[in-house]
Amino acid sequence: MSYEIVIGFEVHTELKTRSKVWCGCATTFGAPPNTQVCPVCLGMPGSLPVLNEDAFQLSLKTALALNCEVPEISTFDRKNYYYPDLPKNYQISQNDKFLGQKGWIDVDLGEAGIKRIRINNIHLEEDAGKNIHPEGKGHDYSLVDLNRAGTPLLEIVTEPDLRTKEEAQAFMLAMRSLLQYLDVSDCKMQEGSLRFELNMSLRPKGSDKFGTKVEVKNLNSMSVVLKCIDAEFERQSELLDDGGKVAAETRLWDEVAMVTRSMRSKETANDYRYFPDPDLVDVEITADMIAAAKGSLPELPLARRQRFIDSLGLSPYDAGVLTASKTTADYFEAAVARHNNPKTLANWVMTGIQSWLNEQPEDTTVESCPIKAESLAEMVALIDSNTINSNIAKKVFPLMLETGKRPSVIVEEQGLKPMDDTALDPLIDEAIAANPKIAEDIRGGKLKAIGALMGSVMKKSGGRANPDALTARIKQKLGVEG
Amino acid sequence: MSLPCAHELARQLADGTVTSAALTERYLKAIERTEPALHSFVTVTGQRAMEAARASDARRAAGSLLSPLDGVPIAVKDNMITEGVATTCSSKILGNFVPPYNGTVIQKLQDAGLVILGKTNLDEFAMGSSSENSAFGVTRNPWDTNRVPGGSSAGSASCVAAGQAPWSLGSDTGGSIRQPASFCGIVGLKPTYGRVSRYGLVAFASSLDQIGPMTLDVRDAALLLETISGHDPKDSTSAKLPVPRYSEELEKGSLRGKKVARPREFFEIDGIEPGVKAVLDNTIEKLASLGAEIVDVSMPHTKYSISCYYLVATAEASSNLARYDGAQYGHRTPGTKNIVEMYSKSRAEGFGDEVKRRIMIGTYALSAGYYDAYYLKALKVRTLIKRDYDEALAKADLIVAPTSPFVAFPFGSRSADPLSMYLCDIFTLSLNLAGYCGLSMPAGFGEHGLPVGIQLLAGAFQETKLLQGAWELEQTLGVTGTRTAPAAAV
Repeated sequence: MSYEIVIGFEVHTELKTRSKVWCGCATTFGAPPNTQVCPVCLGMPGSLPVLNEDAFQLSLKTALALNCEVPEISTFDRKNYYYPDLPKNYQISQNDKFLGQKGWIDVDLGEAGIKRIRINNIHLEEDAGKNIHPEGKGHDYSLVDLNRAGTPLLEIVTEPDLRTKEEAQAFMLAMRSLLQYLDVSDCKMQEGSLRFELNMSLRPKGSDKFGTKVEVKNLNSMSVVLKCIDAEFERQSELLDDGGKVAAETRLWDEVAMVTRSMRSKETANDYRYFPDPDLVDVEITADMIAAAKGSLPELPLARRQRFIDSLGLSPYDAGVLTASKTTADYFEAAVARHNNPKTLANWVMTGIQSWLNEQPEDTTVESCPIKAESLAEMVALIDSNTINSNIAKKVFPLMLETGKRPSVIVEEQGLKPMDDTALDPLIDEAIAANPKIAEDIRGGKLKAIGALMGSVMKKSGGRANPDALTARIKQKLGVEG
Repeated sequence: MSLPCAHELARQLADGTVTSAALTERYLKAIERTEPALHSFVTVTGQRAMEAARASDARRAAGSLLSPLDGVPIAVKDNMITEGVATTCSSKILGNFVPPYNGTVIQKLQDAGLVILGKTNLDEFAMGSSSENSAFGVTRNPWDTNRVPGGSSAGSASCVAAGQAPWSLGSDTGGSIRQPASFCGIVGLKPTYGRVSRYGLVAFASSLDQIGPMTLDVRDAALLLETISGHDPKDSTSAKLPVPRYSEELEKGSLRGKKVARPREFFEIDGIEPGVKAVLDNTIEKLASLGAEIVDVSMPHTKYSISCYYLVATAEASSNLARYDGAQYGHRTPGTKNIVEMYSKSRAEGFGDEVKRRIMIGTYALSAGYYDAYYLKALKVRTLIKRDYDEALAKADLIVAPTSPFVAFPFGSRSADPLSMYLCDIFTLSLNLAGYCGLSMPAGFGEHGLPVGIQLLAGAFQETKLLQGAWELEQTLGVTGTRTAPAAAV
């Protein structure tokens, strides 16, 4: 039978606050284990949580950017379950008066247009710590690092509105892009500051009833999510084809075997015994707070894409590629500000810079590219002023990447400056002398033959001749009129 | 000879007739002498106390006192977090727990120069009314060592009544300050929820818990309350309100012309001892003789307060006590095979029966399918109970009520039947559900010549009015300081 995929996501993103959500501990990634902890995030007896207002502000901003309905009062609840990375054995989360509900995000599907994905709710909670299980003989214990415990975590729950792997990919890119634009999270999937949990089911094509869904965790990059969708499609469709049933369960992605494995069944799932956390007070969301948060919203990806089309004259495709990542779009705009040639700059960003990015680890942004925006702008300016030609530019660009030097410096150091007539003349004379037949043809009006002489001179000059100037000079030498 | 109040000791220190070191030594010796018979303390911090006392004397000599109470000794209940000093909650599960930080109230005591003598015994995790639930043995009532001191702030009550400490701090979730104060013949005040920071008070039921003073007289209660009160940025539920100088307000009020509500439901109850009833009647007469108008009111939801309390408090406790799992601190059963076994064995060994009972009740009340019928309904009843208070307090300035239906009872007489134990708090629970303030003060002696306390209750942050009324009544009743417990160190 042929099946349709139904996908929803639970997006977890660590908020970019200086301190944790209930205490003043730092949130820096990669610190030595248990060095960013205090009685509160250790869950010591007698300690109490106090809401980090920055975390709440960032959450509110995100809720509004996702077009959510925001309540007048938002409250926190306790989700009770036992796990060593959760020192209180309950997680403070939101289960009733969510920060936002009934929102949406528009996703650019390219040719297929824009698709609106509904957001069920968005809520603020605390991240857990990390359990480490040393392997090998004698390691009959586990270690717990609580540095991450209490990091503010925003959970965005979508409706099951996605129908293909491509839509899922476009959604993830759009969500990451939005969160980056809002500047609420680092969005580093490898470090876990952005995590996509997949909810996926299959149903016969044409059916309007949902199948039984599974939830998949441990997906630490977008490419892994996409691989997982394939693997789950295979597993679930085989099950259904054989007349079996998909079990409602939580599964874990096994990166080595490239399959999902059952983690726990939903039937025997925990009863989390949610109840309002008596240690925290209601948060009133006033009209002023909403107005302030709305006022702080930056230009969002789709709006920026439209502006690139309208005022910079880019094609919709180019504008979409450039605005998908906030850092890339910022980089591009910084370059355009230096040298107003959006089209050529767009090409260089989408080819040269993008291929460098493709070779870097997944979470790398253009901010760490050795070529700064002003250098790229300078390079295009050198081309546009005919100081270098595009062939030279193709030599200069890799050197810029390699050394981080400005293009003018590289041109100078490598002697890539165009040759003037005095330097070119001997090379032209040499070429004419070596090719008397061709020279004669040109004198006789066969101007196309100039190309052969030019090629010879270019080769000898190491490409440093300006083609237009060179043509003129050859003609002059041979006494032909342009 | 009567026991000296803390304000008298502060005056002696100021006069130079005694040093903090001498005073502290005197109390430590009293503890040493009487502790075998009473067992008020889980931990006596003699050496630390002497160091603190000598430091206080040095400050006095240098003219750099931290507060007028600098150098006065105090005892604190062992559910308050003390940096470097074991904090056990009288539970085996925290038997070896030495906290790395100070709770806000403990910090305030130290910042005022008070000398902490030790940590007092309680019913495990403040769950109980008799000290019989302590994992470390019972505390005995200094008035009759065959009887309970009340609970859960058992040691904090007995140590003050026995002259082992001039005053102490207890915590009150459903009467844990007021009931033992009544049993031991002292003053015990439960402040309005939010008046005193809960940061560093080991949580039993977060929406009900409040630290408060346990003292020999009303003036001391005022002095200690103003020392520990105030907004704390570390406790979201603490009130952002200024703290009056309660001790300077005591004499500025008058009961003349004030209305004191007498709720029918607190007086017409079966099983109230005749001796307690007589003390109550006498108290009402005294209030009237002071010019107060006694107003009869009804608080019809009072009868639901035990059921409501034992759902709300246990639900919160089931979650609050989840962290005691043997993973990070406290008791861990050795040699378990996996994490689940470690959790369950450590908790099974670490918690006593009453704590387990309440965790199970609370877990049940929050479970899917039962939440609406139990927890949610209890929250609705709580709102009704609070409304009863609001209506009564709209008609009156204060409410008068018994603290306990009976005087201190013999060990073992109620411990076999949890429900009969829960009845001990029948007059005290509803105040915590409402979140308002109240105190129990000595009002006379009942059966077997044992102390009887009465409660005065007031609305949110009405501690000034409450203390003024109590102070005036104390002068007229003439009970405070007239008799000393037989087992006291005098």
